[in-house]
Amino acid sequence: MNKRGLVNVAASIISILLGMLFGFILLEIFNPSAALNGLNNILTTGLRTPEKFGKVLYTAAPLLMTGLSVGFAFKTGLFNIGASGQYTVGAFFALVAGIQFGLPWYVCILAAMVGGAIWGAIPGLFKAFFNVNEVITAIMFNWIGLFGVNLALNNMPKMLASFWGAPYKNKTAAISAANKSALLPKLGLDEVLNSPYINIGIFIAILFAIITWVVLNRTTFGYELKACGYNRNASQYAGINAKKNIVLSMVIAGALSGVGGALYYLSGTAQYVIEKTLLGMGFNGIPVALLASSNPLGTIFSAMFISYIQVGGDALQPQFAKEIIDIIIAVIIYLSAFSLLIREIITRVGAKKHALQENGKGADAK
Amino acid sequence: MSDYVIEMLHITKEFPGIKANDDITLQLKKGEIHALLGENGAGKSTLMSVLFGMYKPEKGRILKNGQEVKINDPNDANALGIGMVHQHFKLVEVFSVLDNIILGAEDTRGGFLLKKEARRKVMELSERYGLRVDPDAKIEDISVGMQQRVEILKMLYRDNEILILDEPTAVLTPQEIDELMEIMRSFAREGKSILFITHKLNEIMAVADRCTVLRKGKLMGTVEIQNTTKEELSRMMVGRDVNFVVEKKQQKPGDVVLSVRNFSVKSRVHKNDAVKNVSLDVRAGEIVCLAGIEGNGQTEFISALTGLEKARSGHVTLCGKDISKASIRQRSIAGMSHVPEDRHKHGLVLDYTLAENMVLQKYWQQPFQKHGFIQFGEVRRYAERLIEQYDVRSGQGADTIVRSMSGGNQQKAIVGREIDTDSPLLVAVQPTRGLDVGAIEYIHRQIVGQRDAGKAVLLVSLELDEVMNVSDRILVMYEGEIVGQFDPHEITVQELGLYMSGAKRQEVLL
Repeated sequence: MNKRGLVNVAASIISILLGMLFGFILLEIFNPSAALNGLNNILTTGLRTPEKFGKVLYTAAPLLMTGLSVGFAFKTGLFNIGASGQYTVGAFFALVAGIQFGLPWYVCILAAMVGGAIWGAIPGLFKAFFNVNEVITAIMFNWIGLFGVNLALNNMPKMLASFWGAPYKNKTAAISAANKSALLPKLGLDEVLNSPYINIGIFIAILFAIITWVVLNRTTFGYELKACGYNRNASQYAGINAKKNIVLSMVIAGALSGVGGALYYLSGTAQYVIEKTLLGMGFNGIPVALLASSNPLGTIFSAMFISYIQVGGDALQPQFAKEIIDIIIAVIIYLSAFSLLIREIITRVGAKKHALQENGKGADAK
Repeated sequence: MSDYVIEMLHITKEFPGIKANDDITLQLKKGEIHALLGENGAGKSTLMSVLFGMYKPEKGRILKNGQEVKINDPNDANALGIGMVHQHFKLVEVFSVLDNIILGAEDTRGGFLLKKEARRKVMELSERYGLRVDPDAKIEDISVGMQQRVEILKMLYRDNEILILDEPTAVLTPQEIDELMEIMRSFAREGKSILFITHKLNEIMAVADRCTVLRKGKLMGTVEIQNTTKEELSRMMVGRDVNFVVEKKQQKPGDVVLSVRNFSVKSRVHKNDAVKNVSLDVRAGEIVCLAGIEGNGQTEFISALTGLEKARSGHVTLCGKDISKASIRQRSIAGMSHVPEDRHKHGLVLDYTLAENMVLQKYWQQPFQKHGFIQFGEVRRYAERLIEQYDVRSGQGADTIVRSMSGGNQQKAIVGREIDTDSPLLVAVQPTRGLDVGAIEYIHRQIVGQRDAGKAVLLVSLELDEVMNVSDRILVMYEGEIVGQFDPHEITVQELGLYMSGAKRQEVLL
């Protein structure tokens, strides 16, 4: 690893530790007697039993996808805050393919890619051709996506759990009841880890991370995308079609988020709930990407980390209220995203030290 | 009482790997214009940053009127009456001129700005020194020359006695430069002291009293301008004799390579055309120079010619092929190289490595690309050859992030990249802007080399020296039209100036 990469990793680790420290202070404030035990829970739950570890991998998969989505757009100079909407629409496409049409899981994932891609393409098109800030369009499309999907589901009786014999109407059907072939394969991992959550989702996500890394760093397409991101004028000067690349970048980012939605809802352990709140998974992709400095391979680790913290946080109940746990996790994630600042500090301190050493050498020489 | 208002004694400032200032002494007299001369990277800016409190030197003292002072930040410098105009202006684009001038030194009563009094003081200063500005105009709407006046007024408003001007003429037109020099002289007459950072020898000879020369971080000496010559100064600065006259032999132009007919381009600011019905030819083996004062349509003409923006009407033919509607990439394939006006905006991806920048137009061609994958080995090999051949200096060779390189070397990288494409046509826009004499000499040699190799060169320049020295044929552009065509041997600079300012025009026949 080169020096810059090393600094990035160090910065991420330091900011994670800072986040932990801050989280601990909050635990102390809310419930001093349970604080130490609480921290212990956050730090170790994820590894305590194979079952919990299975859950870490299970939530890491969609997080990794939305993190990749946000990071990919960042590299191209775009802020994809629309991951939530793309994730929702992707999940919807996957579920429709699986439940309504009874298609197998890999077709469902392809459908999710298409859905997410469409939802990413629209802000991209607006940005490229009308120079409308992608943040604004993407935020609006988060809501349009959410309510559009809810509206559609309400009018597709076959999609709802009630059609398949369950008592409720505000959830999509359990895939295990509707179409077993749409379930992500478990390859026996569930028995090894003794966890109903684990399936091949995490491997699919890691595969996407590797592909994304290769595309960004090894292909002419990635070269063009990054050139556009760093300096749109220069990429235009170089004969690169900046508009095309902005749209493509958002299409790919959307597709990645869409796959995230598929991986989560095709696991068989989650059902889409018709609610009026945006899905947090898309927004959590932002700290995942930031923590990894948008590096697709780094995203694998940051997604695992955030998932690990979330699983640990769930174990804080009942000594801490659910909301307080959310706050603590948010604080840890928030401070973890300070890696940029920390990186800056490391570089500066490093430069000073280096200068002193050089001085020392100079004095010796004299 | 000392003779000097400011003395910087034995200043040493080190950065990792280099001594940017090595035992430098600079003494500034009251009421003098003191030039600080040196190539890019000689340590001028570092020295001024030390004086301005932005760097702390490892060794050395600073004296004001014989008293030792400590300058820890720009506020300290300001309190001592030291003001600085940076090369890249520090203005708030969306604020008015007046707001920018008072920013940071606002007079208030009860928390409210006293703008009326500020306005009166600014107008008074503006009149006294002939620094005409519109206090209510927004910075983003006024010209670069005007912005510089605002920067100068900022210093005056703060009652600064010691004025540091960092490369003040780099962005100005010849007329504006003359005005600036007059303003500098009037400051000096009033007893203000001026430190003038530059690498333009003509300006030093014209306006400075004394000159301190730096080379590679070391002090070469301080000389009285009366007792020196341009040649001596340049020898001190570069360490060898510099050839001011571009050597080139007579050559007969060949076939027409670029032909532009009835070219019109819309303006970005107003409703009229910025380029009006321009026709011109550039032949193989000749350098045609498009001369003119900044803002007379040259930028728009080149943008449309190279495909960065659309022409409203007209035709462009390159090597017999109509490229009027071609994309930038198609033009580049058809044989057009372009050294752009703004190297940071268009010429380079600053956060890419030098190697990645060297293939900016070629990354998609063999052998740099195979099945959609970039062949980094080939890219590096190619970049290393260019770096070697065009003497591009940088910290880590091909792996250097371009942002960290000096302006001169960035420009050399662009020129090298564009020349190496071996295109029949080279379009170079102000290729030497902001560079030191060594680099200018080098780039001029490269351009003339292209011409000698039978390439057609279209050069856009604001520097009259460059226009006269390098070109084989001069076309003067005024308000979007070609108003004169000359042989550089048959016209004087003064005469050329009349055409450039619109006082004279001739019918240009192709």
